[in-house]
Amino acid sequence: MAADVESTLVAQAGPKGPFADFWDSFSENRGAVAGLVLLTLIAGLAIFADFVAPYSPIEQFREFSKAPPVWEDGGTWKFILGTDALGRDMLSRLIHGARVSLFIGMSVMVVSVSIGIVLGLVAAFAGGLVDTLIMRVMDLIIAVPSLVLAILVVAILGPSLTNTIVAVTVVYLPRYVRLVRASALSEIGKDYVVASRTIGVGKLRLMFVTVLPNCLAPLIVQAALGVSDAILEAAALGFLGLGAQPPIPEWGSMLADSREFIRSDPWIVTLPGLAILFTVVSINLMGDGLRDAFDPKLKRS
Amino acid sequence: MFRYLLRRAALTLPTFVALMFVTFVAIRLVPGDPVEVRTGERGISPERLAQFRHELGLDQPIWKQFLDYVWGILHGDFGTSLVTNEKVLTEFATLFPATIELSLAAMIFAVAIGVPAGTIAAVKRGSPFDHTVMGASVIGFSMPIFWWGLLLIMLVSERWGLTPVSGRIDLIKFYLEPTTGFLLIDSLMSDQEGAFVSALHHLVLPTIVLGTIPLAVIARITRSSMLEVLNEDYVRTARAKGLSPMRVIGLHALRNALIPVITSIGLQIGTLLAGAVLTETIFSWPGVGKWLIEGIGRRDYPALQGGIMLISSIVIIVNLSVDVLYGAINPRLRHGR
Repeated sequence: MAADVESTLVAQAGPKGPFADFWDSFSENRGAVAGLVLLTLIAGLAIFADFVAPYSPIEQFREFSKAPPVWEDGGTWKFILGTDALGRDMLSRLIHGARVSLFIGMSVMVVSVSIGIVLGLVAAFAGGLVDTLIMRVMDLIIAVPSLVLAILVVAILGPSLTNTIVAVTVVYLPRYVRLVRASALSEIGKDYVVASRTIGVGKLRLMFVTVLPNCLAPLIVQAALGVSDAILEAAALGFLGLGAQPPIPEWGSMLADSREFIRSDPWIVTLPGLAILFTVVSINLMGDGLRDAFDPKLKRS
Repeated sequence: MFRYLLRRAALTLPTFVALMFVTFVAIRLVPGDPVEVRTGERGISPERLAQFRHELGLDQPIWKQFLDYVWGILHGDFGTSLVTNEKVLTEFATLFPATIELSLAAMIFAVAIGVPAGTIAAVKRGSPFDHTVMGASVIGFSMPIFWWGLLLIMLVSERWGLTPVSGRIDLIKFYLEPTTGFLLIDSLMSDQEGAFVSALHHLVLPTIVLGTIPLAVIARITRSSMLEVLNEDYVRTARAKGLSPMRVIGLHALRNALIPVITSIGLQIGTLLAGAVLTETIFSWPGVGKWLIEGIGRRDYPALQGGIMLISSIVIIVNLSVDVLYGAINPRLRHGR
């Protein structure tokens, strides 16, 4: 292992590898680096939630119901960010909520990107009726406002964490399909594809090995930004009571539960929202950096 | 031009048909019997049940039900609400002006602040102002607007008492016969003192909440498009002619920089309607978004089916108009493939 790392380091000391190039332009964007740091922190909290969080997210300390955060009058160090109406520790719920939200965001991204790649490549390579059919269905999905569509899917399947993921995946599928199809179409006519085809490379290999890698740059950028959109959408569903069900500590549903305390105990409302905002901002900042690094033409500099 | 319009319109026809099919199937997949919604938990005699099923057309074969549904839509009949027994189209039409009023206000808010902010940020590139605008815009389009709404209610309405918490107008003081359905216009035309101010007052917070994401997007697009235009030869020429910077930027550059901005406004209609669902729910704004959410709660399936059909049709038609308008402005697009 150590030898591996060493040899990579040595290799990179020569002419710059693609990763070093990428890192150079990514790190030029200070916002992107800040986003990456913040996101790493949030992801770390999510992964190690069981060790970091002081309490279980569903444990109820009834005698400490609605305790204010430590910096307000009557706050205690026992519950640094206070407790909610049922006496559950806010900090623990927020940390475990990071796990829920990132899980939703990543799952939606992975599933919709995978399906998007397959459908987009098939549409581009098959052309004709198959292409028309796939793209019309995508047009249809786009025609329905995102949240309305997600609500419809949840209404059919019933509200739950899994169904939130399904609903948001459906909503965000078209953008990946369109993107992959468009980039594949622009690659298909190029010499290297024609050459591969001529020497008898099979269709599947042509799609996934020859063409796909050249469509990846815009896809990665879109996928990164897609994670943050998915988190927002899932939180909105949770807020409407159509997402993850209690007692799962999902940030959106935490907000919904706390609406009535807006006047008396504002921290119960403020904190989950801040958590959503920080996470989404960090991903978006990072996504901007990715875009700048991958596509010099779009560089805003 | 006319042929282009026809071709684009023809392309959306299959989408409409598919939309009808999907809404029809989707509503039948939703668990729960629509008859039960109407009769409640207590249950009714089998004869009444059969009668209800007949009234709702549920005793027909499924293909017949679909054809009836399509036939109804083609004749402007989007079904009847199970809860209120009103025609879905009528309910939608009474509530939709509230949604349009809010969405328009949000768009105007977003453009009125976003375009100048983006322009100044581009002209003063790298300045603290530029950094502030860009930073605020990242926060803006990352905003969970349902939380943003609650936060504003908490601060502006509850703590400072500056704006009302919910609704469109002070219902205790004013009653307006809906003529246009747009309360700002209705209240201006009525002779009730203060009605307009009250309506305006109620509109402020929802507008800000719904306008936040479009504002962030517009500021960003304006800035990057302006930066590009400022490098163009015609801008340099205008400068070289000795025109004042105000004239160069305001007249020569901005006009060209705005084209992508206008496109993005068109593309945001769907986003805006989705945002309206959340905004209306938070502020109890009596529009179609809140109505849809309530429809789910009440399991009012015909209302949902018709409502989704109507909203989606509107989005399709708006997108089509944007496309056509864009083709009218930009002939290259029209004559392309």
